Amino acid sequence: MSDTTDTPEVPRAEMEADIVCVGFGPAAGGFLTTLTRGLMNEDGTPVAESAVVPGMPPQVICYERADDIGFGVSGVVTKGRALRASFPDLDLSQIPMAHEVTDEKVLYLRDPVGASRRPAVFKLADKALGRWMEDDAFELPYVPPFLQKHPGMVFSIGQLNQWVGGNLMGTGMAQIWPGSPVAEPLMDGRAVTGVRMADQGVEKNGTPGPGYMPGMDMKAALTVVADGPVGPVGQHLDRALGLPEGKHQREWAVGMKCVVDLPEGCDWQAGTVLHTIGYPEPEIFGFLYVYPGNVASLGIFVPSWFGNPVRTAYRYMQHWMQHPYLWKRLQGGTMRSGGAKSLQESGRRGAPFLCGDGFARIGEGSGSTNVLTGSGVDEAWATGVMLGESVLELMKEGKPYTRETLEATYVARRRASWVEEEAKVAEKSRDGFVSSVVKGFIGMGLTGLTNGLINMPGSPIKPQDRIPTIEEYYKGYIAEGEVLEIRAECARKGTSLHDALMDRVGWPQIPLDGTLLVSHQDALLMGGKVQAAPGYGDHVRFADPYTCEACRERVCIEACSGQAIYTNPEGGAPLFDREKCVHCGACMWNCSKSDLKDSERTNVCFRAGSGGLHSVEN
Amino acid sequence: MSEFHIVVCGSIVPDPLQTLAPVEAPTGWSLKNEMMLPAVLDPWAGHALYEAANLAKKHPGSRVWLVSLAPKAKLQQVMMAVSQKAPFELVVADGSASGFTDSHETARVLAETIKGIAGLETSKMLLFGGWQSASRGSGAVMQMVGEMLGVSEQFQGVDKLTVHDDGAIEVKERIEGGSYQNSLVDGAPAVFGWATGELPEPPNNPQIGMQNMQKNMPALMQAKPADLSGTTMKLASVAVPQQRRETRVVKDAPVDEMAREIVEWLKS
Repeated sequence: MSDTTDTPEVPRAEMEADIVCVGFGPAAGGFLTTLTRGLMNEDGTPVAESAVVPGMPPQVICYERADDIGFGVSGVVTKGRALRASFPDLDLSQIPMAHEVTDEKVLYLRDPVGASRRPAVFKLADKALGRWMEDDAFELPYVPPFLQKHPGMVFSIGQLNQWVGGNLMGTGMAQIWPGSPVAEPLMDGRAVTGVRMADQGVEKNGTPGPGYMPGMDMKAALTVVADGPVGPVGQHLDRALGLPEGKHQREWAVGMKCVVDLPEGCDWQAGTVLHTIGYPEPEIFGFLYVYPGNVASLGIFVPSWFGNPVRTAYRYMQHWMQHPYLWKRLQGGTMRSGGAKSLQESGRRGAPFLCGDGFARIGEGSGSTNVLTGSGVDEAWATGVMLGESVLELMKEGKPYTRETLEATYVARRRASWVEEEAKVAEKSRDGFVSSVVKGFIGMGLTGLTNGLINMPGSPIKPQDRIPTIEEYYKGYIAEGEVLEIRAECARKGTSLHDALMDRVGWPQIPLDGTLLVSHQDALLMGGKVQAAPGYGDHVRFADPYTCEACRERVCIEACSGQAIYTNPEGGAPLFDREKCVHCGACMWNCSKSDLKDSERTNVCFRAGSGGLHSVEN
Repeated sequence: MSEFHIVVCGSIVPDPLQTLAPVEAPTGWSLKNEMMLPAVLDPWAGHALYEAANLAKKHPGSRVWLVSLAPKAKLQQVMMAVSQKAPFELVVADGSASGFTDSHETARVLAETIKGIAGLETSKMLLFGGWQSASRGSGAVMQMVGEMLGVSEQFQGVDKLTVHDDGAIEVKERIEGGSYQNSLVDGAPAVFGWATGELPEPPNNPQIGMQNMQKNMPALMQAKPADLSGTTMKLASVAVPQQRRETRVVKDAPVDEMAREIVEWLKS
């Protein structure tokens, strides 16, 4: 929400379009690809006339916060069913860093350093499977059907977005504006009438400063909300409209990842897909996808149900990379770029109202991610296609974009789709993780193998209510008094508490080599520099600074994927440096305190902001 | 008050710090996956464009054209960001911007494209561009474009222009030894190869962007292929500079301390 008010000296500009879309990711790609293909009749006349530019086809605008389309997203493996349906003649060789899946493995990784916290079942597995392990890794004899992505494809979403965006703009039927953060929807009661751009020329706290320019209002008959799980427009709607009864967004993960030039002689072939479990901690999953040209996208997922309150995903990723099975093939490689992204892992259970008067929601923020199969890109694309088809139908019939018409078209398509059918199966698949990691894995297996008939029971808990104190987490490992000493020393030196605690419990220090094992900041700067245009306010704020002042976990600082949140040496709420933020949004759910005004949310507010990563490889 | 027709020559370059890999094909050298690399307006040309927009704003009746030799699909993508920053009319020659083309051919295409601009009055023309280029710093293109258009008043490394009441233009140029040279030219036409100028990058203004693109989309759609085939130049080999990086992000460090660290680093 904007903190600023209009001033008489600087009026707020206003423009109109027919359709405004917020965020350009796979969902918006699917929507705009479908829509633009259908806007003109075969005889060259538009299927409908623009309401704002008479005589012209509908004016379609898409705003993207990042400085270019495809910046700062992720590598992916997908079955690509919806993508293939949109591009039946898809030639992956036309998209850099894309390849068919050729080999898929699930690996159980044993702890080679003895610092991982392994439940008894994992310790047993370490011993029992030992004789069949290669380099401390056990390859599951088969990939469960629900995890299989074969036949499918690996690609960089950044490159895909560049390709899709280039094609779209070449049609001249849609405009995609990068570097354009949208602050909030324009609302009239429960209806959406357009969007408001973020103010510029403001101070850190959002108050007008030199060169103040209030964010423009873009009015539109239809607002398409595709700004992902941490997007400000989706969040605003969730606050204003609430979630449907029984829905909540309590399950999250952060994907910490990098793109690596593999060393010469690496035996991974293009199209190789690895899924790992067991290391560096049992709760942390790993992934590795091999692209053409001896390049791989790899990383880990750190979920909200991981109990460590001082969780720095980057260091965990470095330990994961050094696991003997992976390091044997990665050693000698070079990091090309690094990044991070939050994943909304409630899936269908976190689905908001999919439409209303003047708006519709697509993609990850609409609860389309399948939390059992770990698949979200294709599902997001499919939701965009479904909305595109629905909008074309309404245009041709001359109907307005109301809750009723969108429910009868878009929502009806979703309810009848494979996305919905598979999401229903997946809905309870992760409930076991509420109790323990072992029950979680058993639950996923039960759900997957019985097609959702049998699930491990469990009721998801808010992320902030799951986080123990540091002393509780390290009980039995480090005495409370020593934790206090380590805290004091880190505060005095201004160093990472997470690193100190990991060192103390036996994690080896990272032998930085300047090429693949590099500092956290170098990973963000190498090939994917992080930057932010001047003149915007801070997009990370703390709802109640006094709550922060009393907080002892400070998960936001330790978990920040860009080291952009840091301790205030003078006490009080943490400080935020937006020039280092990668916009992963992990701070939003990596907080141990509830917002005093909304107990479902944490005390960290993640709003509209500019900039972020400048990499289209991740 | 003077009225100018400002023509800015500027193209696109890969976003800095992307991984660049030159590759040789039967058609010549290019960058690997060039069309998929994120691109930006060449920063040198960017300074020229923002200075042009500022000058035009101060001199009502003036017009600004951005003449760009670049692959039109990629240029369109970059224009979605650039066009939010300043009003201009885009003129496109659809061709390579990889930096591996002959600078004389580049200058010839730009000069011919400029000659084709409807409504451009040479007597009012200020020809702006980058003194250097982030894709390849030959530093010769603007000079040649000026010569081909018959403009003999040329200034390179420009940081500031001041238009006097009588229409004369005072030019502050960078010269060797870290010094500046101030010159006075009677007025248009003249060529100015800009250094960094004195203006910050303007903020994105979506309203300006929409207005610009309404004018400029037709230029992109109708861009004609640029003929760069007149060269006999052959590149014997191509390599990216070796680099060594060592990064720490530190704020508010004293200048002396920074200088000391850099010297130590270079010595090592």
